[in-house]
Amino acid sequence: MIPFLVTTGIAFVGYLILTAGSGTIGLWSPTELIMGIILAVVTGVLTRNFLCRSRDYRLLSPGRLLRLLVYVPGPFFIELTKANLDVAYRVITGRIRPGIIRVRSNLKTDLGIFMLANSITLTPGTLSVGIDEKTNDLFIHNINVGEGDEKKEYIESKDLFTLVNLPSWIRKIAERDREGEVS
Amino acid sequence: MAATLDIITSALLGIGVVFNALGVIGLLRFPDLYTRMHATTKATTFGSIFTSLAVIVYGLATFIGKSDTQYLTLAIHAFLAMGMLAFTNAVSAHALARAAHRSGQFPAQAVCDRLAEAKS
Repeated sequence: MIPFLVTTGIAFVGYLILTAGSGTIGLWSPTELIMGIILAVVTGVLTRNFLCRSRDYRLLSPGRLLRLLVYVPGPFFIELTKANLDVAYRVITGRIRPGIIRVRSNLKTDLGIFMLANSITLTPGTLSVGIDEKTNDLFIHNINVGEGDEKKEYIESKDLFTLVNLPSWIRKIAERDREGEVS
Repeated sequence: MAATLDIITSALLGIGVVFNALGVIGLLRFPDLYTRMHATTKATTFGSIFTSLAVIVYGLATFIGKSDTQYLTLAIHAFLAMGMLAFTNAVSAHALARAAHRSGQFPAQAVCDRLAEAKS
């Protein structure tokens, strides 16, 4: 029942966003609202077991959603800009020192790993290539391996980001239920 | 008002085009698949975010000025496209890199390759 409700809700919100500005009830017309409900229920019935396969509803809590909404345009965008300027500099000068390094993530849930891997891939200069399923370590292709980093067995994930500590943000969004408690 | 809007959208489009162009230059300059993917997937994502931002700013400003809802729809759709672009780019870049490494494309000029060591 919960997977059905979650999928239907998300599908309905998606439909509302796509059809905003069509009429007079708020921003929507009555036809669009009724059609949206019908389509959302159909989507919920058909795809409930795909979207909620892990049965993990942690991201539904308002606090986590709010943190996610702050995280993407805030700390994440700062790192994205800084890293893009860095890659632009390397494209122009051609000074690269590529290599694949092992990064200790210290995250335990699939959602946390997923967010960290995507954040690493989207910040240029670093690209997730693989994952160690046993220890949840990530293998990162780095366009400019730091001097001496190639000799270390692994590096901490927060050392990849210079301005903001993204891994601790991800841990707050995806993992820790209460202060100090690791789930 | 219209002149300010023109300047802002032109600036955003300019930044976007510059980063997309840098992505293309990187594709031509870099030595192997992985470094090329840094240039093409990431610089172009950043560039496309800025070109989409130009559309969003233009749509929202015109919507506030004329209160014609088709401009609001334009802005929302551009915003959705931006989000989808960022997400699919990250996931597909990871898939490509993983497939390349598994099929034996190792990074050129690399100072270290921990993944190959971990496999062996």
